[in-house]
Amino acid sequence: MSAAAPSAGRARSLITPEGLALPLTLASRGARAGALVIDLAIIVAILVAVQLLLLFLAAGLLSGTAFDPDRATRGAQEFLAVLLALIVFAFWYGYFLVQELGPRGATLGKRLVGIRIAARGGGRLTAEAVIARNLLRDIEIFYPLIFLLVLAVAGSGEEEVGALGWAATAWFALFLLFPFFNRDGLRAGDIVAGTWVVERPRARLAPVLSAAPAAASGASALTGARYQFGEAELSVYGEKELQTLERLLREGEPQALVAVHATICRKIGWEPGAGDERAFLEAFYAQLRGRLEADLRFGKRKADKFS
Amino acid sequence: MRPPILAAWLGRAEVAPPPDIASAALRSDRFRLAREGEWRRLEEIVTRMERGQLRRIADADLIALPALYRTAASSLAVARETSLDAATLAYLEALVQRAWFQVYGPRQGLVRWLRGFLFGGWSRTVRAVGLDMAIALGVMLAGVLVGWLLVAGDEAWYFRLVPSGLADTRVPGASREALLATLGTEKSAGGLSAFAAQLFSNNSAVCILAFALGFAFGIPSLMLLVHNMAMLGALVWLFAGEGLGLELVAWLSVHGTTELFGILLSGAAGLHIGRAMAFPGELGVLEAASAAGRRSALVMVGVVLMMIIAALLEAFARQLVGGTTERLAIGGTMLAFWLSYFFLYRPPARGEGGA
Repeated sequence: MSAAAPSAGRARSLITPEGLALPLTLASRGARAGALVIDLAIIVAILVAVQLLLLFLAAGLLSGTAFDPDRATRGAQEFLAVLLALIVFAFWYGYFLVQELGPRGATLGKRLVGIRIAARGGGRLTAEAVIARNLLRDIEIFYPLIFLLVLAVAGSGEEEVGALGWAATAWFALFLLFPFFNRDGLRAGDIVAGTWVVERPRARLAPVLSAAPAAASGASALTGARYQFGEAELSVYGEKELQTLERLLREGEPQALVAVHATICRKIGWEPGAGDERAFLEAFYAQLRGRLEADLRFGKRKADKFS
Repeated sequence: MRPPILAAWLGRAEVAPPPDIASAALRSDRFRLAREGEWRRLEEIVTRMERGQLRRIADADLIALPALYRTAASSLAVARETSLDAATLAYLEALVQRAWFQVYGPRQGLVRWLRGFLFGGWSRTVRAVGLDMAIALGVMLAGVLVGWLLVAGDEAWYFRLVPSGLADTRVPGASREALLATLGTEKSAGGLSAFAAQLFSNNSAVCILAFALGFAFGIPSLMLLVHNMAMLGALVWLFAGEGLGLELVAWLSVHGTTELFGILLSGAAGLHIGRAMAFPGELGVLEAASAAGRRSALVMVGVVLMMIIAALLEAFARQLVGGTTERLAIGGTMLAFWLSYFFLYRPPARGEGGA
């Protein structure tokens, strides 16, 4: 597939209960950081909106009392303050929990970058695992950040901060860099919860190539020529070349087709013509694949042209 | 590199009807064309499920889902051995993976999970970390003792153990009246609910910290427990010196039985992870850590609930109820409630998720 080269180090496999090995691609660390930033932006935006709304309501309460806070109904004001605290708390944890427990296993940010969480080793993703990984997010990122902020404020006054700031920074750095020190890019929460983050596959069923007229009969609709390749001509290529050819045919870039047509003709000793490249390549593809698949049924695989 | 397909976001494009099976020249393509309909049906169902439109899926489709999933899985197994069509293989792999996530995904939403958690799951998990609770309890008692002994030996320790903001008039040498005044009540409930909300976020932060620090083999969790309890020990020493020991205990017990129990549980949860990582037994370190982590996370969800209750008690009951006996009664009732909930309430485990 298109993303084969850069993600080779992130390829894992998962054994389903049926005993089938499914390939998985771990999400890159960049994608995960991006998803977190998106999620945080959403959370902050919504919380700010809620806060503004509550402020607006509080202003309404005050305006009824001619802006004299002493005359305002304390119960109503307190209710708003409690409401705000509860909303912040519920939203903070609920945002991640509800979405990651849902059928997509991903928050909005994760969905946008095309990743989701999964149980390591192919088990069922449980509610406990999702809770554990989200509780640890707090100490990984938010507490040290808040702590650093508090220290920064305290340090700007006359209070002595000293080594405490460095300790907090080291803590923050330890967790932030955690994914770089293990092969699977796990953060501390993933280790404790037994989860990992994988790419969400997005493949569509492509049309059948061997149903194209030139592939089926070997005859070109354009010129009427029949392309028939012999044993020697089909034995120069293997599966790797076949799948490269498949990709080119599916992409259908005319210049690429011309180039590959010339290459194949040179390789098998034909005189390259012009104008009928697609029919030639479709016929070559179908016959090469037919030959390789026939061998496959007898247990013979030819990985590439060198084997 | 193909750019992300916009159609996948905006809805599915119309699927062209597959060509006639006989028109395909290759045996592997005929295999594909014969099964394509079922794959597409599975894809349709899975897409609906991913969007959370479970109600809009026909019953017949839901019943067929496991069979369709197994068909696609076996198609993939066959195609890997007979077909060299990379695009079809990639499609099947993606389809089977998506269907696997749905068939073997989390089977319960937050609400159903919460119900199972409150009625049995929580207390079962707490009993499972019993050994860690015993260790944490021992450490906490030792912390109180250490605090007491340190301050009894040298009063200067008091100022190191008790942060000055927390105890303004509660200092060594303060008069009995001044100390008694700090145990007093508010005249009305005004302002207390905001106080409760603030207490809650403060306390649950301490608890989550104690839990999360278990990650470093549990040692920081224990240190945190010792430190917090030493503060308590110092306070008890101060009040006991003026003959106010019982009053202080009553004052603390209103919310303390719940709050200290919660801190105990979170320390135990942190210790549980730390112990599993230090002594993983027959499992690998990662497996042991994740098994313990899931159990501890359950305990922690409960601890957050306990902190809500503790904050309400601290802000309202403690500040409004003045009598020593009444305070002790409230605290004792809460303690009895928690103990019986965790150790006597044992409903049978139902279904999955009993970690």
